[in-house]
Amino acid sequence: MAQSREWTNVHAALARPEVTLTIVVLTVAIVLPFAVKSFVLFQLTLAMIYGVAILGLNLLTGFNGQFSLGHSAFFALGAYTAAIMMDHFEIAYYWTLPAAGLICLVFGFLFGLPALRLEGIYLALATFSLAVATPQILKSTPLEPWTGGVQGIVIIKPDAPFGLPLSSDQWLYFLTLAVVVLMFVCAANLIDSRTGRAIIAIRDHPIAARAMGINIAFYKSVTFGVSALYTGVAGALGAIVIQFVAPDSFTFTFAIALFVGLVVGGVGSIPGALFGGLFVLFVPNIAEQVSKGLAGAVYGVILILVIYLMPSGSAGLVRLIVSKVTRDSVQQT
Amino acid sequence: MELFLQQVIAGLSTGGIYACMALAIVMIYQAIDQLNFAQGEMAMFSTFIAWQLLQWGLPYWVAFFLTIAISFLVGIVIERVVFKPLKSAPVLSHVVIFIALFGILNSGAGFIWDFTVKTFPNPFGTKPLFGQSVISIHDAGMIVVISILLVLLFAFFRYTRVGLAMRATAANPDSARLVGIRVGWMIALGWGMAAAIGAVAGMMIAPVVFLEPNMMLSILLYGFAGAVVGGLTSPFGAVVGGFSVGVIENLAGTFIPYVGRELKLTIALALIVAVLTVRPSGLFGRVVVTRV
Repeated sequence: MAQSREWTNVHAALARPEVTLTIVVLTVAIVLPFAVKSFVLFQLTLAMIYGVAILGLNLLTGFNGQFSLGHSAFFALGAYTAAIMMDHFEIAYYWTLPAAGLICLVFGFLFGLPALRLEGIYLALATFSLAVATPQILKSTPLEPWTGGVQGIVIIKPDAPFGLPLSSDQWLYFLTLAVVVLMFVCAANLIDSRTGRAIIAIRDHPIAARAMGINIAFYKSVTFGVSALYTGVAGALGAIVIQFVAPDSFTFTFAIALFVGLVVGGVGSIPGALFGGLFVLFVPNIAEQVSKGLAGAVYGVILILVIYLMPSGSAGLVRLIVSKVTRDSVQQT
Repeated sequence: MELFLQQVIAGLSTGGIYACMALAIVMIYQAIDQLNFAQGEMAMFSTFIAWQLLQWGLPYWVAFFLTIAISFLVGIVIERVVFKPLKSAPVLSHVVIFIALFGILNSGAGFIWDFTVKTFPNPFGTKPLFGQSVISIHDAGMIVVISILLVLLFAFFRYTRVGLAMRATAANPDSARLVGIRVGWMIALGWGMAAAIGAVAGMMIAPVVFLEPNMMLSILLYGFAGAVVGGLTSPFGAVVGGFSVGVIENLAGTFIPYVGRELKLTIALALIVAVLTVRPSGLFGRVVVTRV
């Protein structure tokens, strides 16, 4: 009996479209590295990394309602942590991920404290200042021995461990995939927990949340920290995959790109972040192919069309289609 | 002391540019209740239109007012075409549209007028105002033009029916609709006015920083900073904020040793964030009270 009930659970789970979709996507993701060229693989790896960074932003903006245009700063912090650890201290690349996460968690939490006083547009400006200041701070003379100034730091691409028959591109792809799965599962669980409900309650109605005994200041700063952690880990991965960090990769345009990815992917949607990552990586390239001189304009037009088509991002569109389809099938039966 | 005064005056003259931009930002914020990230690019585009008109041989002041009129119409068209269909979309989607507009205007201007730096004529002349002072006639003229603009806007919002209707629309669209205000057109009007003010700001700034598609990038940022420091609800505060950002930036670059020059932008921004943590609505801003 018990066993058959378990099987029904598995069947029920398989019948849910999200679960089927997740399995299909994961299978494709695992087979893909053996089918495509290494440059495409590199791009997909980067898209996943952007996905993690956007997920971090989503935890803050989408679930907690704190507006940030400064996440490129945390991405840069993670990337430089990884690069400095590998270049100056010759620490293995896999240790840099938790270290970058931890450092960003602390910095994010500390930045979250003064940010408590600010809301909406004002917070956006404060975080935007952070994004604008980052490249200048990285270039500044006192930090130059560590950051390499304008030149940045070149790091060496790691090979696949244990004699696995993988090229280093393939290995980095799988490493990133593993990190992505881990981070997304953690985020989904976090949002599903008591803490997650508190985070969402603060977004929806801060006064009611406070009345129910939620410590708003604490949760907001912690969410800032966790969000920075996600983006920092993405930054460290990005540094390892690109093998290079330089101040001008982390200008405020990158922060804005992450924000665009967040909205296009879907504010408050965890899987949407991956779609956002793909958008951020590929659409500017597509725009450039359409017209070199007018690349910015083409990108702008594509963005406007995308927002017309799906005002609440890809997640909103999927939700709309799913609700249409299920309603139809209910009517048929 | 001499150096200090010199730097303050130099700061005031760049501050005038930021004040122009901050004013345009606050105006559109009052009309549509959103920060327009494409504001700088709209101003840049208008300035290119003015430049084109001047190239076709129109006298300066004809081109000046014609550009304001064209910008006003273009602002309304942008609202009607791009934003009206997305009225009910989430705010964050609107911000993405601003970013899209930014890209379209920036690369469009580069495509039409290319990226070479152009000089823009100066209506007031470049001689220093008195004797050897750092402040030129143009700086003074710019400040006068901004002051006139500020007074006109104040009168418009304070004493006209349309101004009142626009304020009502920004404060509470639903109630405004109920008392018979055509909310959609008020927002379009707000866009038109913001574009027109942007055009004035652009034409005042262009002789100083030269005309090219990326001219507004850093100015927009300082303008934002000035607007936020002064308080987004107060046009007067925005002008004061713009000037103080210019002065702070200049003083930080001169007097803070070692890192001052490299990090003057960073220091200015850090100061602004510090001001905001003490006074979250800016120096002159009204605290917005919402009913729950």
